[in-house]
Amino acid sequence: MINTKKMIFGLDSFGDIPTDDEGNVYTQAHAIRQVIREAKLADDLGIDVIALGEHHREEYAISSPDMVLAAIATITKKIKLATGVTVLSSDDPVRVYERFATLEAISNGRAEAVLGRGSFTESFPLFGYDLQDYDLLFEEKLNLYSKLLEEKPVTWEGKTRASLKDANVFPKTENGNIATRIAVGGSPESVVRTARYGFPLTLAIIGGSPERFKPYIELYKRAADKFENPAFPIAVHSHGMIADTDEEAIELAWNHIRKSFVKIGNDRGWAPMSREQFESEVQNGSFYVGSPETVAKRLARMIKTLGIGRFELVYGAGGLSASAREHMIELYATKVIPRVRELLSEA
Amino acid sequence: MGKKIGILGAGKLGTVLGQLALKAGYEVYIGGSGNPSKIALTVEVLLPGAKVLTAKEVAKKTNLIILALPLGKYKSLSIEELSNKVIIDAMNYWWEVDGENPELTDVSSSSSVLVQNYLKNSKVVKAFNHMGYHDLYDEAKEKGHEGRKAIAVVGDASEAVAQVAQVVDDFGFDPLVYGSLSQGIRMEPGSPVFGANLKYHDLKRALASFETTKRGVAAIKAGNQAMK
Repeated sequence: MINTKKMIFGLDSFGDIPTDDEGNVYTQAHAIRQVIREAKLADDLGIDVIALGEHHREEYAISSPDMVLAAIATITKKIKLATGVTVLSSDDPVRVYERFATLEAISNGRAEAVLGRGSFTESFPLFGYDLQDYDLLFEEKLNLYSKLLEEKPVTWEGKTRASLKDANVFPKTENGNIATRIAVGGSPESVVRTARYGFPLTLAIIGGSPERFKPYIELYKRAADKFENPAFPIAVHSHGMIADTDEEAIELAWNHIRKSFVKIGNDRGWAPMSREQFESEVQNGSFYVGSPETVAKRLARMIKTLGIGRFELVYGAGGLSASAREHMIELYATKVIPRVRELLSEA
Repeated sequence: MGKKIGILGAGKLGTVLGQLALKAGYEVYIGGSGNPSKIALTVEVLLPGAKVLTAKEVAKKTNLIILALPLGKYKSLSIEELSNKVIIDAMNYWWEVDGENPELTDVSSSSSVLVQNYLKNSKVVKAFNHMGYHDLYDEAKEKGHEGRKAIAVVGDASEAVAQVAQVVDDFGFDPLVYGSLSQGIRMEPGSPVFGANLKYHDLKRALASFETTKRGVAAIKAGNQAMK
């Protein structure tokens, strides 16, 4: 059963570079300040979570999401400050703990570490890791991180970083725990691992019918049961574009979401997304595009079908104007979210 | 006797192909890397009815086996166990898991030819590699459906190719047989069909247009046999 009051709504950004209304492209520095401004807006409007992703490439300004979140912490009151994701495989678990414990202090307990293997690879050569160790790096580092979360001296040994003997790591948090989730893109093994460590699960659904992920949610629950860990409410992260009318939103999504998919896909050898593929994502797939009413209906249907507890809208894809981004956040907070809650309570 | 199929690899692609096989009424045998218990729960939930075995046992159960492991690990396959089998190569070079590997992106050949050269006693047929795994799941449709999409099938042994074409049809796609295994270069990442999701005639046109693409031109320059 979905508790509509408890249903959590968030916004996700990778720090895409916006333009002004005349089409002038922001600097990366300005793009970061824009995200801080948007997070403040989201907090003022009562959105529950802002999640910032870590990337190390030209299209995205945010490589150090926890620093941006620290800035946001000082000008917001209630919004939860999450990453989406912190690429744990090419990071150091001790540092990750330290940074999030610091963010937890600055924000009075609003920090959330969202860890993943990452779907980009730039961070690996940048920090001296071998992609061949993709799996091992994540497994070992998650193991160490989960020990650090207990906030007691840690003794640890592995292949991917120096061993620790009775290492005491600071600062300690006031609540004794940093909220942590694992985000996965659809690898069954990652779903099982998340349940094995007893973390909540975020599914990044960036294409295709969301119904396809139903068995993955079942897999998470069954695995949690098997490992005698709690199964937490699932979060879903998907792309979206909200504007005053369907036509406007579709045009913006074609010009911006599709454009960024084509750019990224091109690096991976994918043929450019066709109009047919785009339409299918908008109608039945994983792009939530349209007027507030259209987006609310599609979200409510997906939330009901999958039985999730949290949704995060990836907003502001490549080159969308800052004013359109802010308008989307307003529509999401003031029209879409209340309407989704209403639709869910009707069921 | 019902139809049987083996799948090596229980990741995103292996589980989706397994779901299509079960839907098509196949007996499905699936093996991951290492101990079967590692994937037992995944298979139980995502592929109810499929049997989890070691790779060796999968090969004993069936003569038709899909490779859905990371391409970079193809040399972990046993040449002997897969002898005389029809092998469906659904693998692609994917830096996320394969790392930088020039051998796997060499335009003078194709990754399936590498796999065939390694599995020298098997009949390798390339199929199911050029459509994204979520599209494979969403796009599967019954025969004759107006919107049915096509999957290219290439291979050197004509009987094996015919057998795989039947599998493609059973799984919900129009098979488009397109010549020898070396033609697989036309289906790899960076080609116009990769991730494109097309119906039969559009797929055929897109396969033929490979020569005009950047990668196609590079393949011609490198003397790729498929371009002659």
